[in-house]
Amino acid sequence: MMSKPKIATTSLAGCFGCHMSVLDIDDRILQLVDLIEFHKSPINDIKTFSAPCLVGLIEGGCCNEENVHVLKDFRKNCQILISCGDCAIMGGIPAMRNNVPLKECLEEAYLNGVTVHNPSKKIPADPDLPLLLDRVYPCHEVVKIDYHLPGCPPSADTIWEALVALLTDKPLELPYSLIKYD
Amino acid sequence: MSGKITLIIDGQEIEAEIGQTILDAADAAGVYIPRLCAMKGLSPHGSCRVCTVHVNGRPQAACTQPVAPGMSIENETPELKAHRVSVIDMLFVEGNHYCMFCEKSGNCELQAVAYRLGILAPQHDYMFPCRGVDASHPEVFIDGNRCILCGRCVRASQELDNKNVFQFVGRGIHKRLTFNAPNNLSQTDLAGIDKAVDSCPVGAILRKGTAFSVPIGQRLYDNEPIGSEIESGRRTNDRQV
Ligand code: SF4
Ligand code: SF4
Ligand code: FES
Repeated sequence: MMSKPKIATTSLAGCFGCHMSVLDIDDRILQLVDLIEFHKSPINDIKTFSAPCLVGLIEGGCCNEENVHVLKDFRKNCQILISCGDCAIMGGIPAMRNNVPLKECLEEAYLNGVTVHNPSKKIPADPDLPLLLDRVYPCHEVVKIDYHLPGCPPSADTIWEALVALLTDKPLELPYSLIKYD
Repeated sequence: MSGKITLIIDGQEIEAEIGQTILDAADAAGVYIPRLCAMKGLSPHGSCRVCTVHVNGRPQAACTQPVAPGMSIENETPELKAHRVSVIDMLFVEGNHYCMFCEKSGNCELQAVAYRLGILAPQHDYMFPCRGVDASHPEVFIDGNRCILCGRCVRASQELDNKNVFQFVGRGIHKRLTFNAPNNLSQTDLAGIDKAVDSCPVGAILRKGTAFSVPIGQRLYDNEPIGSEIESGRRTNDRQV
């Protein structure tokens, strides 16, 4: 039997809502596993790429250097990269900090906020913590993205339609009812 | 005296009346031309250029251009679609449009035109501008992040409410909406029931306390594309012929 094409998924600066929406395809996931094999993904906890993938599904934009690293790794290993959801496409809720200087954001979160309890009075600076970027970047401002699926999250039907179209070599044309930004 | 003339839009003959704009004539004939700054009952503004059509080969704003005999108009062509997509894209990246928590989502004309054009993501980089919110008024709030400078509130306040609450200041990228009061919206004579409040095509001017009275999924453009109401007019006429 020919080996099945592989799909990888990741959540960058996202809330895992888009991954929940993938699972929301319900029993169609059984058809999906007939068509495709899940590779690196939080769904199966495979952490590194060991084979090239056909599709990479990206949730979330880039808010720190680790996100950029992961996104570039996906670009290198996936033939088709999909920005899945509004955060990947435009930064989403995390991008609301883009109007506030990073220093002010950190001071509010760790020093000045009314509910902050931080006896050390320090902003975390452990070298193990990924460095925050100056702002949150949509994925297509960091690497080339081949397809965009808007929505917060995109509905299970949207994700299903897109994956089936790609896997069966059909053009990805979403009907009106599946183009949603909310 | 007959003021009737005929025009051609996308190969189809339609009747129009002298004095009408191309947009009004098209609406009456059941042909939808996308628009944002134009609104029924208000004088035309001609600023958003979403309604651009080709008249005998030349680009014209359908909302300001009067009809004339012998006009041959193109509305739905790949070139005009690309132009409209580009304008809508720019409106999105120029502001901060977080549709996922915007009260207007599903009822928003900017979003609806984007849906109708099939836009999945803008082709330009987001600008993430810094704009303010004014929640001082007891019944209305303004979120400048979503304002597309269409001028509908400016005209509605003057022409329908007989007030003069809103105005533009600045030029080019610095242009922004302001109001006739020293500090905030509550100092103006804007009332919650003013037509200006309803005139905003996006979620920049909103009436407080109404946010999710209609749930997401059941809103104006959730299931039917914007313009369907105009086009269904045409379908009824077709059946009568
Ligand atoms: S005003 Fe319209 S386009 Fe902007 S965030 Fe609200 S729904 Fe989205
Ligand atoms: S507030 Fe609304 S109506 Fe007024 S100019 Fe901005 S987008 Fe147009
Ligand atoms: S609708 Fe004609 S220019 Fe805006």
